[in-house]
Amino acid sequence: MRECPYAMSYRNDPYDPKQVALLDPAALAEAVADAEKAFTAATDPDALTALRPAHLGDRSPVSLARREIGALPPAAKSDAGKRVNEARRAIESAYAARAEVLDREQAARVLVEERVDVTLPYDRRPRGARHPLSTLMEQISDLFVGMGYEVAEGPEVELEWTNFDALNIPADHPARGLMDTFHIAPPAGADASGLVLRTHTSPVQARTMLTRKPPIYVVVPGRVYRTDELDATHAPVFHQVEGLVVDRGITMAHLRGTLDHFARAMFGAGAKTRWRPHYFPFTEPSGEFDVWFPEHRDGPRWVEWGGCGMVNPRVLRACGIDPEIYSGFAFGMGIDRTVMFRHGVSDMRDMAEGDVRFTRAFGAGA
Amino acid sequence: MRVSVSWLREYVDLPVDLPTEDLEQALVDLGIEVESVVDLRRTVTGPLVVGEVREIEELTGFKKPIRHCLVDVGTANGTGELQQIVCGARNFAPGDRVVVILPGGVLPGDFTIGARKTYGRMSAGMICSAQELGLGDDHSGIIVLPPDTAARPGDDARPVVGLDDVVVELEITPDRGYALSVRGIARELAYALGLSFRDPGLVPAPAGTDEPAYPVQLRDTVGCDRFATRMVRGVDPTATTPGWMRQRLTVAGIRSISLPVDITNYVMLELGQPMHAFDADRITGPLVVRRAEAGEKVTTLDGVVRALTAEDMVICDAGLPNSLAGEGDGVPISLAAVMGGETSEVVGGTTNVLLEAAHWDPVMVGRTARRHKLFSEAAKRWERGVDPALPLVALQRAVELLTTHGGGEAGAEVLDLDHVRPMRPVTLPADLPSRRIGVDYSPQRVVDLLEQVGCTVIRGGDRLAEDPGTVGTAAGAGDVLTVTPPTWRPDLTDPADLVEEVVRLDGYDRVPSVLPTAPPGRGLTWQQRRRRAVARSLAERGYVEVLGLPFVAPELADQLGLPADDPRRPAVRLANPLSEEEPLLRTTLLGPLLGILKRNLGRGHRDLALYEIGTVFHPRAGVGAPPVMGVDRRPTDAEFAAADAVVPAQPRHVAVVLTGDVDPAGWWGAGRAAGWADAVEAGRAVLAAADLPADRIEVRAAEHAPWHPGRCAALLVDGVVVGHAGELHPTVVAALELPRRTSAMELDLDALPAAPVVSAPTVSGFPPALIDVALVLDDTVPAADVRAALVEGAGELLEHVRLFDVYASESLGAGRRSLAYKLTFRAPDRTLTVEEAVAARDAAVAVATRRFGATLRGA
Repeated sequence: MRECPYAMSYRNDPYDPKQVALLDPAALAEAVADAEKAFTAATDPDALTALRPAHLGDRSPVSLARREIGALPPAAKSDAGKRVNEARRAIESAYAARAEVLDREQAARVLVEERVDVTLPYDRRPRGARHPLSTLMEQISDLFVGMGYEVAEGPEVELEWTNFDALNIPADHPARGLMDTFHIAPPAGADASGLVLRTHTSPVQARTMLTRKPPIYVVVPGRVYRTDELDATHAPVFHQVEGLVVDRGITMAHLRGTLDHFARAMFGAGAKTRWRPHYFPFTEPSGEFDVWFPEHRDGPRWVEWGGCGMVNPRVLRACGIDPEIYSGFAFGMGIDRTVMFRHGVSDMRDMAEGDVRFTRAFGAGA
Repeated sequence: MRVSVSWLREYVDLPVDLPTEDLEQALVDLGIEVESVVDLRRTVTGPLVVGEVREIEELTGFKKPIRHCLVDVGTANGTGELQQIVCGARNFAPGDRVVVILPGGVLPGDFTIGARKTYGRMSAGMICSAQELGLGDDHSGIIVLPPDTAARPGDDARPVVGLDDVVVELEITPDRGYALSVRGIARELAYALGLSFRDPGLVPAPAGTDEPAYPVQLRDTVGCDRFATRMVRGVDPTATTPGWMRQRLTVAGIRSISLPVDITNYVMLELGQPMHAFDADRITGPLVVRRAEAGEKVTTLDGVVRALTAEDMVICDAGLPNSLAGEGDGVPISLAAVMGGETSEVVGGTTNVLLEAAHWDPVMVGRTARRHKLFSEAAKRWERGVDPALPLVALQRAVELLTTHGGGEAGAEVLDLDHVRPMRPVTLPADLPSRRIGVDYSPQRVVDLLEQVGCTVIRGGDRLAEDPGTVGTAAGAGDVLTVTPPTWRPDLTDPADLVEEVVRLDGYDRVPSVLPTAPPGRGLTWQQRRRRAVARSLAERGYVEVLGLPFVAPELADQLGLPADDPRRPAVRLANPLSEEEPLLRTTLLGPLLGILKRNLGRGHRDLALYEIGTVFHPRAGVGAPPVMGVDRRPTDAEFAAADAVVPAQPRHVAVVLTGDVDPAGWWGAGRAAGWADAVEAGRAVLAAADLPADRIEVRAAEHAPWHPGRCAALLVDGVVVGHAGELHPTVVAALELPRRTSAMELDLDALPAAPVVSAPTVSGFPPALIDVALVLDDTVPAADVRAALVEGAGELLEHVRLFDVYASESLGAGRRSLAYKLTFRAPDRTLTVEEAVAARDAAVAVATRRFGATLRGA
């Protein structure tokens, strides 16, 4: 039997001296030391958890020591209780400290173990894309819609009247011969159908003027047709966007201002335009305009962009608009051409043939 | 039109040192497109000089005869000694003057000339042929300068052979016929550069005489309002065209034929007046100018026999008997204004030449040229307008040239049948140019500019007397100009034409840049927004947009297995298709789209998903041609509606096609092949992108070509079929040589109703009750119908229903399957009790049981 340092314990003699010995400070210190040693030896949270009953459970030395307190004389209880609590707290904190270390180690290990190769391609859903001609037509339309214009549309098989006559291109006008036109076959028993595949988006001008009253501010994107075989620079089907304005007091200066704004919006604030006289039956005066394109793949240069002019009063008259009160301008450009020089497309067939490699390069389009 | 600048200089004093860039810019600024400018002065570099051959030594013993020459090149070689040159040509003799390029010179083709030893002799330089100098195709020998050449040995040879010139190629717009001539271009350059212009069209010429040069009956003054002739007799048939004239014709792309013909072509290029030269001895009687009778024929200069129509104008020989036309009508010997005839053309032995210069109706010529597909240089000019004041001037010029170079004697008689009407004056408010252009032009400036183009302008003319219709009444009480255009400008008919002349001459660059303010707009229409949403949705689902050509073959309808009465069989047909095999316009997007699919497959792509949004074309049944509408006024609404009713229906469709894997195999596992379900899902995606609520959409089994009858869904909105989707019919797949299981969807976007305004759902915060049910029923019952039954039976507590499993096994019995649904119930105002949820489920199942004999699986 070990010597008890506490005098009062002698008065507990009737009790089991072995149990009482657990309250011995040395024994408590040993229990704490044992626990700390065991906890340190545990290498993962599960092993640590398994050690808990032995050091903090009901049968652990500190728990048993607490039970002995009741046997002490009242004067000794407080002191002994304090010692036991301290020992328990020391073991608890050793446990918690070790648990935190082990948890942290395990968390770190999991992160290492769960590492994957994030460079593995996960192209499970093939990429779709929009055609650059479609997105450019939308982009141009949006630009003009932002200025208050509306987007007008019309049929692709069109009346000769709207495609030609109303636009001051009478049947025997050389300009009609210059537009290589697809004619629609006449119905049985007739000489002519009076129908064509529209050669330009301009018949929509006529339709717009027939159905709306000035002020008219519209932009017309669409597909047009000419009898050209598909090759590097021609296609039987291509795309245009044109604009039409009919209002009081519209001048050629307004046309120029609109073209300048258009060019800057498309090609940046530094964009320049130039124009020169040209001939179109449906405008008078008429012009062609170029835009300065510094990013051209063959070096900076002027690029022919489109045609324009003041709406011919004959066109206004044929569409029921009084040319004495209203004047207007119109302009248009080839979208295929614009995509070609803007994106460095050298062959028109790439745009018409539908090879997915070509179109995918343009993505879903903004 | 190609023309040399030296020719232009005859009528306008262009500065000697005018840079070609300035010349080009001046033309461009006036609306004349410059295709190319070739500066012949720069095609040969280094010393190119005139040499005089002094001695020729024939070298023998070689494969071909070779000459070693001593040539006097003056002091051009720096020493003044005779130049030793070895030459292979033999068409020259001592004393001839030739063109020599000395060592250091470079010929076209980057051919540098040096001094070297050849054929055992020294050769320092080369004696040149025309071809070597880039002057034409003549390589039959070296150039021997005519004896009267003024140049001396050692002089620069460029001016002597025409290498001092600049050639411009111009594109003339159809409104400016007058610019298809040296006269017209020189006039334009004179305006542009502020130089004076000597008009070759205004030189004096003998007027018509009482005695005709040749008897002519002009019977149709609409088709021909002026006909003039002169005769030159005794022309030397051996006379040749002078070199300078031939050079100019060559530059213009016109072949030299004979002196009289070359002269008519030369005058056409110079003045713009097409002419014709007849061999007077090959005409037997008076000339008759008339319309042809249908069925008459003429053999044109190109050797083609042309069947004529009653619209063509012809020149006939009244001396020839005609069985088709009447007595004295003669036989056509020339297709007037377009091309001369074979029987009366000038030939090798021609000595008596009848020159003709007329003025023809441009519309008639255009029609005749198109009808006979004969777009001659003459026809091109007539169609665009020729100055009716030219015939006598042109005849005089031709007579002078012919007698100068071919001898002979011009007859004093001049025939001139002139029915030309005077130019119509145009009334122009003096401020109209300013109001239309936005530049402040003073009335005097307007007058000056219009006078510069040749107009006669009277200020303050009697406006009402002229043409009240063209007066700008909006101009107020401003100055009014009465403008009579010159005879060479038939295009100036409207005030707007004169406005263009003002801004053109004053300069487009002077027009300021002013942005107009549009009234507030309404943005895109819902249809336009919807098309974009559909396109983007499909692109984001992996579909690639293509823009197919709409031309299809008649066989396509059979290949697609369309029934005889299918509305997609009648198609709009082109009168002039690019390919005779594809004369029809598509009635379904699938034909062209599948063609593009195949092209991609042919290029090695395997997994493909494509879409197109585009129009299809359905002819209107039983309509004729649209009514004729004029342009002098707006058609009435009824007139335009009647015309518009003829225009084919052109609904906008969307279609997709897919083949290969829609979900590719990868390190994550196996892939998934595209199939009918993806096509149907694409249809649903389109309807979802169109913002149509799911409860208005129905998918129903259908049998519809070109789809597999067991794998085709009809897509309906509000009970109306708007499209189809599924796997293509195996027969179609075989006929079009497509991969098995190729799937497709096509839907009529224009048939979709507008999206409704969404009424927001009440979002309940109470918990849901989830119950799964597995129903066993015949596998012929469509899942969509079972779902509908469950929804109907479950009542308002049902928030959501989702099919999560389809299962068939022998234990269920043949032809039976189990459909497992997850039902979500929720009340807006309380937590549902188990009893309430079960009751709702039982009610749902009861409808399915009653309707389809469904039993609860495991019950």
